[in-house]
Amino acid sequence: MMASVYNAKDEDGHISVSGPSGGSAAAMRGKRPENTAFKQQRLPAWQPILTAGTVLPAFFIIGLIFIPIGIGLYVTSNNIKEFEIDYTGVDMSSPCFNCSQNLSWNSSRPCTCSIPFHLDQPYENNVFMYYGLSNFYQNHRRYVKSRDDSQLNGDLDALTKPSKECEPYAYHENKPIAPCGAIANSMFNDTLEIFYHDPNGTRVPVPLTSTGIAWWADKHVKFRNPSENLNLTAAFQGTTKPVNWRRPVYEMDSDPHNNGFINEDFIVWMRTAALPTFRKLYRIISKKDNMVPTLQRGNYTLEVVYNYPVRSFDGRKRMILSTISWMGGKNPFLGIAYITVGSVCFFLGVVLLIIHHKYGNRNNSANNSN
Amino acid sequence: MLRRRLNRLLNNDERRVDSRTIFVGHRSGSPNDAIIPAKFCDNRIVSSKYTVWNFLPKNLFEQFRRIANFYFLIIFLVQVIVDTPTSPVTSGLPLFFVITVTAIKQGYEDWLRHKADKEVNTYPVTVLEDGRRIRKESEKIKVGDVVEVEEDETFPCDLILLQSSREDATCFVTTASLDGESNHKSHYTVSDIERDLESLNATIECEQPQPDLYKFVGRMHIYKNDQEPVVRSLGPENLLLKGATLKNTQKIYGVAVYTGMETKMALNYQGKSQKRSAVEKSINAFLIVYLCILVSKALVCTTLKYVWQSKPGQDEPWYNQKTQREKDTNIYLKMFTDFLSFMVLFNFIIPVSMYVTVEMQKFLGSFFIAWDKDFYDPEIKEGALVNTSDLNEELGQVEYVFTDKTGTLTQNNMEFIECCIDGFQYKHRDGSAEMDGFCVPDGPVSKPQQKAGREKEELFLRALCLCHTVQVKESTDQNDDQIDGLVADGEVSLQDQRGFIASSPDEVALVKGAMRYGFTFLGLESKNMKIRNSNNDIEMYELLHVLNFDPVRRRMSVIVRAKSGETLLFCKGADSSIFPRVRQEEVERTRTHVERNATEGYRTLCVAFKYLSAEEYRQADEGLREARLALQEREEKLMAVYNQLETGMSLIGATAVEDRLQEEAAETMEALQGAGMKIWVLTGDKMETAKSTCYACRLFQRNTELLELTVRTLEDGGKRREERLHDLLNEYHKKTVQDAPPFKGGVTRSWSCASQDYGFIIDGATLSMVLNSSSESSSHCYKNLFLQICQNCTAVLCCRMAPLQKAQIVKMVKNSKGSPITLSIGDGANDVSMILEAHVGIGIKGKEGRQAVRNSDYAIPKLKHLKKLLLAHGHLYYVRIAHLVQYFFYKNLCFILPQFLYQFFCGYSQQPLYDAAYLTMYNICFTSMPILAYSLFEQHVPMEVLLDNATLYREIAKNAMLRWGPFLYWTVLGVFHGLVFFFGVRYLFTNPALQDNGQVFGNWSYGTIVFTILVFTVTLTLALDTRHWTWINHFVIWGSLAFYVFFSFFWGGIIWPFLSQQRLYFVFANMLSSVSAWLVIILLILVSLLPEILLMLFRKRRGPNARQPSECDLLQTSRLQL
Repeated sequence: MMASVYNAKDEDGHISVSGPSGGSAAAMRGKRPENTAFKQQRLPAWQPILTAGTVLPAFFIIGLIFIPIGIGLYVTSNNIKEFEIDYTGVDMSSPCFNCSQNLSWNSSRPCTCSIPFHLDQPYENNVFMYYGLSNFYQNHRRYVKSRDDSQLNGDLDALTKPSKECEPYAYHENKPIAPCGAIANSMFNDTLEIFYHDPNGTRVPVPLTSTGIAWWADKHVKFRNPSENLNLTAAFQGTTKPVNWRRPVYEMDSDPHNNGFINEDFIVWMRTAALPTFRKLYRIISKKDNMVPTLQRGNYTLEVVYNYPVRSFDGRKRMILSTISWMGGKNPFLGIAYITVGSVCFFLGVVLLIIHHKYGNRNNSANNSN
Repeated sequence: MLRRRLNRLLNNDERRVDSRTIFVGHRSGSPNDAIIPAKFCDNRIVSSKYTVWNFLPKNLFEQFRRIANFYFLIIFLVQVIVDTPTSPVTSGLPLFFVITVTAIKQGYEDWLRHKADKEVNTYPVTVLEDGRRIRKESEKIKVGDVVEVEEDETFPCDLILLQSSREDATCFVTTASLDGESNHKSHYTVSDIERDLESLNATIECEQPQPDLYKFVGRMHIYKNDQEPVVRSLGPENLLLKGATLKNTQKIYGVAVYTGMETKMALNYQGKSQKRSAVEKSINAFLIVYLCILVSKALVCTTLKYVWQSKPGQDEPWYNQKTQREKDTNIYLKMFTDFLSFMVLFNFIIPVSMYVTVEMQKFLGSFFIAWDKDFYDPEIKEGALVNTSDLNEELGQVEYVFTDKTGTLTQNNMEFIECCIDGFQYKHRDGSAEMDGFCVPDGPVSKPQQKAGREKEELFLRALCLCHTVQVKESTDQNDDQIDGLVADGEVSLQDQRGFIASSPDEVALVKGAMRYGFTFLGLESKNMKIRNSNNDIEMYELLHVLNFDPVRRRMSVIVRAKSGETLLFCKGADSSIFPRVRQEEVERTRTHVERNATEGYRTLCVAFKYLSAEEYRQADEGLREARLALQEREEKLMAVYNQLETGMSLIGATAVEDRLQEEAAETMEALQGAGMKIWVLTGDKMETAKSTCYACRLFQRNTELLELTVRTLEDGGKRREERLHDLLNEYHKKTVQDAPPFKGGVTRSWSCASQDYGFIIDGATLSMVLNSSSESSSHCYKNLFLQICQNCTAVLCCRMAPLQKAQIVKMVKNSKGSPITLSIGDGANDVSMILEAHVGIGIKGKEGRQAVRNSDYAIPKLKHLKKLLLAHGHLYYVRIAHLVQYFFYKNLCFILPQFLYQFFCGYSQQPLYDAAYLTMYNICFTSMPILAYSLFEQHVPMEVLLDNATLYREIAKNAMLRWGPFLYWTVLGVFHGLVFFFGVRYLFTNPALQDNGQVFGNWSYGTIVFTILVFTVTLTLALDTRHWTWINHFVIWGSLAFYVFFSFFWGGIIWPFLSQQRLYFVFANMLSSVSAWLVIILLILVSLLPEILLMLFRKRRGPNARQPSECDLLQTSRLQL
């Protein structure tokens, strides 16, 4: 009895865990260790040994797989047509220069400018229209967290009591802002329209679809209007619009399924971009029929209702037209990377093969000379 | 602890006095003295650390005293106070987990201690009070109480034996739970105590409590009605220790002298100083590097942030205004909080979980040692014992092995081989020994038929029969048992040797040897030794005194009175201590035998005797009694009397006892040497014996050049010892250090016959000359020379060592340049000091009690197990934990580096790249299990190969896997991975339209892609390093990855009501719906793993040659034969 008492005390001051049999010397006695594979560290084990024999084929296989994938990616990426216009209006010559100069949030008369452009190739299939911003830190911490997801999810408490994270865009004139926060407040509000110049001189507006641009789950689950049964105006009763907005949130769109918090332009904007230079999907130009390309080769005009100031922080605004492939938008990086890695693997395979042969021989001869 | 300190404080004034006075039964000694109630601590044993009330604060305080915990607490507090990018939960949760688990564990252990304490403290005891027997709880015993103890009960406190139910006023105890000796020891009552304890009026004066179990000095004053008080000396033989058990005795009464925490047992259990492994030092060094990285990252970011913000329009663009409070904050305060925020953001680089994982690994890993069936010894029916799990990996780092000889290298199983009487050699032959048969001289030295006179032979055998402290087992009458007999060879109970119990196996061997020649020792009956001689007559000798054995004198004597009335002194001891004390003309005849026996590896003892005249005896008797009564310096006084007595003896003969080598001792030693360990044999034995053991163990080989530095070589030159020492040291130094071919690092140095091997021999006396040389400067210089010589010798033998010197040597080597890892292995009490001193202490569950085992870090049944313990277990543990540590730092570096790089793209705003859930779960769930499984089951080289090729041990010598080289490699790998993850995805995101419906990805998708690549790469890197895939590894590695995918779906699949932001909602699923994301993930994982695969390929190139030299050799030999 005493022995066990004192073994317990033996560990006194031992902060770290002590051995398994620390206090059980007596218990251990006479007990033969079990002869199980686990306890004897003899579990059956697979002992892979990376040898030239196994790795060399792997290198070749990787090379053989990666290079075609890379070529495929590269070709795909090259086939994607992309057209980009910077309409910030920094230059004096730019049509939007005037608008960019005398811009104020409160001006009642919108400033418009139109930029002509020419498409060298016809754009087949669906064409996606993006707006791009540069030097705009949507990923700034203060900005990223300045939102209230419960409010956006239709939570009524959060509607009237926006989260503290929204500060200083939570209340305006003692009324809760809906949607609150810096992200919502700074929503992109330029209007972009494209007109096609018919060879016979008429300006034909290109039909733009504004749905299908946001993530499905965002549109249907994450974003929800408060009290969906009510009419939207009534639902947002007691709240005020974000300071920079011209219209309240319930007047975003005439379509009730694209109004309020579930407006897709809004949802797209609310998904903060990863990098300070980013693009966001603005409109989709749907394919009409198989005969005519979606966007024909020819002259176009981009009509901009210029509302969004970026000059103050040295930003840029772009409009991008792009077709899309299975890998997404145009990005040569993946293709090049795959080709490079594939070639490197292949090359390494060859080098290793040579070394292996030479080394193997030398090894043998070394053994012989010994 | 606190209690003890308090007690100490209370007893402070008393403590200054070096003795305490105890009133037996609380009755004042002489009638005119009143009792001054002295304050002694009560008999409560407190081993618990906490009470219910102070558990929480005290435990938390203790836990946060650890630097790591404190660091995490600070980070957590910063997160709570300052507006930081990650929520306090991310660091609070893991910290809380760690703290709680530790607290629960410690609380449970303390509860067990409480329970044990309570059991001990409330154990009922019987106390005599005013003539009545009162049952009391053990904790209520006070100093001075007379306590009754019955058979098979343990003593509740340290008692002075007053009365025993046995007739001969003795009692028997076993101290199995104290020092592991299970033999019965007899203790004596104080003489002259009347039967009636009620009327006993006595005081005891004794020293203050001290932890030495075998030392006690005291004095008892017995007052009888108006007479002069009688004074009796008290020694350890009168003291019954708490924890010992009463045996073979119905009942005893004793007076409590030390109680509670002052008992010798309690004093002995004051925690051992905790040993820390070298790996932990490496971890701390790496931690500092990472801390520096962390701080510099935070500094860089803070600086750049303010540089960046100074550009107009950047700090506060119109779309991202600050709150009023932020605007009002002082700029310097803001800078500081920004710095803290960055620290918090990057703090994951130093993971909480590493400490948990390392502890778990050590704890769980140590089970494998205890479970190993190869360590099971069927003889003692025990396997290995792990006393601490902190040092597992240290077993793979041992550079110096200090081993005891007796009982460790040798079996300590003595056998009487031959003897030499009066210069004639007698060898025993197959038990056909009758008195005449015995006298068959043999061997080349003595001529056949030549015999010593019969008288001499009988005298010699009588001496063997009388001069010992052996007990006969069956009879209850036992010999005077010496507790101090244990010194040189420790305490031994040789119960398997039929009939005899002794403190040293030599004695049993001698008695049995004598028995074979016809002289049987029958036992001790009331101070009379009974011998049956060769004629079957019983001879009786009255035992007058025993002059105990001790390692300084190296001899023991008995004084007996024969029937005829003549008084004889028999003395036996080491040749060096006997020869100077006998007539010189007798020495030469015996010396040749002794030396020849010693070189053959036998333990030799010389036997001498002398007649004492009545006058001489009277003087001796007086001197001895006086010395034994002395309260102070008793030992010294006794020694003086002993020395005075043991002179002018005549030599009868010498004995040779063989101590057989342990099983596979030579193979083990050879393997250890092959593994690059330097083996030092530290023994108290004489040089010749030890040397022959070394040869037998193949520590010294035929071509080993022996450098001797002993008293003998010092005396050879005819110069002064000091000068000679100086010359010799310089000469040896020149030979071994300066002339030796320079070798490239200790690791690659060949141990083959290519270079001359040196063996070094030094003895205790010379060693103390080296270490404590007269002049300060030369001492230092000698010490250095000595160390350098020893470091260049393959084996070192230190003989004639006192236990303390052993520890001294270990300490010296331990603190020498490069602070090598030392291991001590021993089995006896005399090895405890060196076991405690060395980095790793190994106890052998040998015959010499359990002291060594109790004080060791690991205990194994046999020496041969050391090979597997070091070469297989130690090697694997080291590789495992080293990989674990490096991997942990690596995986957190490449975890946090992308987050750092992201700051350059988000305006240094401390925006985290990963979601909080990922930040928290990364180390807890996603990547913790595979590395734990790896660190438990990895066998990069199969155990058999490790055991067969001792040289493999050199590959990990000197902490090879945790040096700056490998650390740099892992760091570079981590940085490379981090860069690949971040920039690979960054270039993908130049066009964030990654879905085939033209929709774009945001920042959380970015983070999730990086994180997915990270988790997979980190896990697969480990998979690449895993050489030993058991099903557990498979399960855990693939399971972790599956769990990550499952968790991500789950986490992103639900709008979590308790989250303020649904950042990851559907992000993972969306990511998987993008082909580009898939492609980039696959590509980047492959790119990250490529360098590792390549390196492994090149590393393997060297592999097969280094790993299977035997195969090469085989090839070569077969070629040669062709």
